[in-house]
Amino acid sequence: MTMFVSYLFLREYWWLIISLLAGLLVFLMFVQGGQSFIFSLPRNDMQRKMVVNALGRKWEFTFTTLVTFGGAFFASFPLFYATSFGGAYWVWMAILFSFIIQAVAYEFRSKPANVFGTRVFDTFLFLNGCLGPFLIGVAVATFFTGSDFRLDLFNRVSWGTGWHGLEALVNPVNLLLGLAVLFLARVLGLMYLENSIDDAELTLSIRKALIRNAIPFLVFFLAFVGFMLSGNGYRPDTVTGEITIVRHHYLHNLLGNIFILVFFAGGVLLVLSSLWLGIFRGSRKAIWYAGSGTVPVVIALFLMAGYGETAFYPSLTDPDSSLTLARASSSYFTLKTMMYVSFIIPFVVAYIWYAWSSINRKRIDSEEMTGEEHMY
Amino acid sequence: MIENFDLSLVNWSRAQFALTAIYHWLFVPLTLGLSFILAFMETIYVRTGDETWKKITKFWMTLFGINFAIGVATGIILEFEFGTNWSNYSWFVGDIFGAPLAVEGIMAFFLESTFVAVMFFGWNKVSKRFHLASTWLVAVGANLSALWILVANAWMENPVGMVFNPDTARNEMNSFSEVVFNPVAIDKFFHTVTSGFVLASVFVVGISSWFLIRRREEVLARKSIYIAGIFGLVSALLVAFTGDTSARTIAKVQPVKFAAMEALYEGKTDAGLTVIGVLTDSGERIGEKKVHDMKMKIEIPGLLSFMTTGRSDGYVPGIRDLINGNPEKGIISVAEMMDRGRYARQVLVDYKMAKELGDNDSMAALAAKFEDRDFTENYFRYFGYSYFEHPWQVIPSVPVIFYSFRVMVGLGFFFILLFVLAIWFHRRETLEKNRWFLWLALISIPLAYLASELGWIVTEMGRQPWIIQNLMPVQVAVSNISTGAVQTTFWLFAVLFTALLTAEISIMVRQIKNGPKH
Repeated sequence: MTMFVSYLFLREYWWLIISLLAGLLVFLMFVQGGQSFIFSLPRNDMQRKMVVNALGRKWEFTFTTLVTFGGAFFASFPLFYATSFGGAYWVWMAILFSFIIQAVAYEFRSKPANVFGTRVFDTFLFLNGCLGPFLIGVAVATFFTGSDFRLDLFNRVSWGTGWHGLEALVNPVNLLLGLAVLFLARVLGLMYLENSIDDAELTLSIRKALIRNAIPFLVFFLAFVGFMLSGNGYRPDTVTGEITIVRHHYLHNLLGNIFILVFFAGGVLLVLSSLWLGIFRGSRKAIWYAGSGTVPVVIALFLMAGYGETAFYPSLTDPDSSLTLARASSSYFTLKTMMYVSFIIPFVVAYIWYAWSSINRKRIDSEEMTGEEHMY
Repeated sequence: MIENFDLSLVNWSRAQFALTAIYHWLFVPLTLGLSFILAFMETIYVRTGDETWKKITKFWMTLFGINFAIGVATGIILEFEFGTNWSNYSWFVGDIFGAPLAVEGIMAFFLESTFVAVMFFGWNKVSKRFHLASTWLVAVGANLSALWILVANAWMENPVGMVFNPDTARNEMNSFSEVVFNPVAIDKFFHTVTSGFVLASVFVVGISSWFLIRRREEVLARKSIYIAGIFGLVSALLVAFTGDTSARTIAKVQPVKFAAMEALYEGKTDAGLTVIGVLTDSGERIGEKKVHDMKMKIEIPGLLSFMTTGRSDGYVPGIRDLINGNPEKGIISVAEMMDRGRYARQVLVDYKMAKELGDNDSMAALAAKFEDRDFTENYFRYFGYSYFEHPWQVIPSVPVIFYSFRVMVGLGFFFILLFVLAIWFHRRETLEKNRWFLWLALISIPLAYLASELGWIVTEMGRQPWIIQNLMPVQVAVSNISTGAVQTTFWLFAVLFTALLTAEISIMVRQIKNGPKH
């Protein structure tokens, strides 16, 4: 089977796939959001056990989506992978460390003879729960705010500062997105826990916490969107490739593409509906509305950063080194081959959904936690 | 035009990657093999309805879970480190190398992670058959994952299916099937996964033997030894077979590594295969590299020639031939390759400069060279050699490779014997009477890990100084970061991995001592 598609289409197709994976990753970070409550939400050991086990049955999905997100970025836009990972060393290393400690914490925390004690592994979960979403948010914000790098003739990267990525943490706009993602993850985590655990006292605590976390999420998210839409963007010249700074560039991208606009507005409405359902109606289904809203909003943000003649990874040191989809992408052959591979994604989503619903038919309760089955 | 490289940065970056890979490989082979052993055991349970098999499956599944989590944790680091520590490599070959990694994520990781949740938590939530299917899918997912990462790794050792694009200054894929069906990839996949099956089988036989030594869980132990013994024996024979085919392929595509595996300095016909030997310093040097003599050698005459050429009188080149060249045998010297590589690199630099200056005539003339077969086959293929100052720099560490290879092969044959004995004693119902065998099986567990790690040391140390054979040496591939940053993360990883390994072993030992739940 041979399909005739243009190079431009393939680049935009793969940016859409990256955006979809990013959207799913942010939604699945409800696991991290839930972990960030490990010391504050549960009132006793049984509640903590229920919280950990509800989240623990899903941690692999988030982890796998992160790995696939990285792999897909490497395959489709290797120059971004080389530039950002090799340059912003400390940010990526910090993200990495926060996920390494998560992977073992679930399995080890309640096992006898685990050397360090349950408290240490729970602290690992807490750290991953806070740092993971925050740092990923900060890293993604640099798609809009730029980084200090320069590429030579052979596309080898030099970073402009010795901080190697840590400088992103002092940019207030980056911090806004980092905090917005953190509080979104916490909101999603609370909604997921309400959906999965059958415990009246815990449900009450969840609803109180939901209000306290929804407000900062909305504040940080709206502030980031405000700064981003009113700020500058980097646009390459279609002929020379020279980068120029354009005022309200992301706003133009939002309003100039009906799909992005619908994704963004529709997603925001769904997230707001989920907050209304969760806070005022006490609905257990709020997580599904929030998830259905989060994915398109994140996709829209990524499309604003990459589509419409935009440099998705701007260089503050040397604007002409900025990465565009055209400059950073893999070859036509690779993108096309990978496109065929991507056709199995709906099948993957279908079996994940089937397996997920098979083991989530019954909500977790204290009775199940005292059984003999595999437990975290 | 020789660039200055920070060798300290290169060495620390290599050390960090090696540290991560060695720790990662402590956990992966057990996952590869134990997943299939679990699938066999659960299949018997579903077919017979015998609850004993369910109990046995669940016991080994607990150990699988402890090991699986830490394997996942160390795996993600390797993927990130390609970008963080080897960014020039990531760009130079990301067009080819990234694809298998992405396919691995989409095809294998989701399969594995989705059904591992059903496997652990679904016993009372899904039907028996769905649970069994999940266990099989975890095994398939884990081994599919190995397939794709090994395809990527094999490409680094035998780069095929690509063409160099001077505009982007990188290699680009032009045949996915050549990358996937790379002969090195096929050998490597079967050799690696079957070695994982052997390790897992030794693990199961060893732990079960401990139960029999302690006169505990005898039914579980005997049944487990039988299943693992058969699986292990079949796998160990396949390891031997695929090891042989791997060696033939290496002789063709990485002749220096092959010569180092045999510590063969002088090429010869009727070359014998060294079974055992001790290397000593001969006092001679090739550049700054020591030349080794072989003492106490036990050799099978003509076998090395036969294995590599199909004829016992076939010629096998030695390290000196490969470095200094041997026109009689059609081998060109490394010095000549360096000259050709430098010419190719200069053509690329000229092309980039012409492009920068907008000199279209020069650009067209230089671009044509990259489509000229003579240039690509006789000059550009030696591009990576342009980065060396001396020919001897392409020689890897001979003693490390020579000894690692021999210990690995020796242990491989020992495991065949171990599995034969396990099956024999099981069938004669004399396992408990042969306590020496039970102790031998128990102490074989660390030996299986040793053999497995040594296999990777032969592979990875043997191809030094190349990160991509003939195209890119390690010093060119490294990220432009400070040595101090890499040193810091190296020690952070070392402390974290060691702490997690300590916890893992402690938990595993306790779970084994506790035995299955009754």
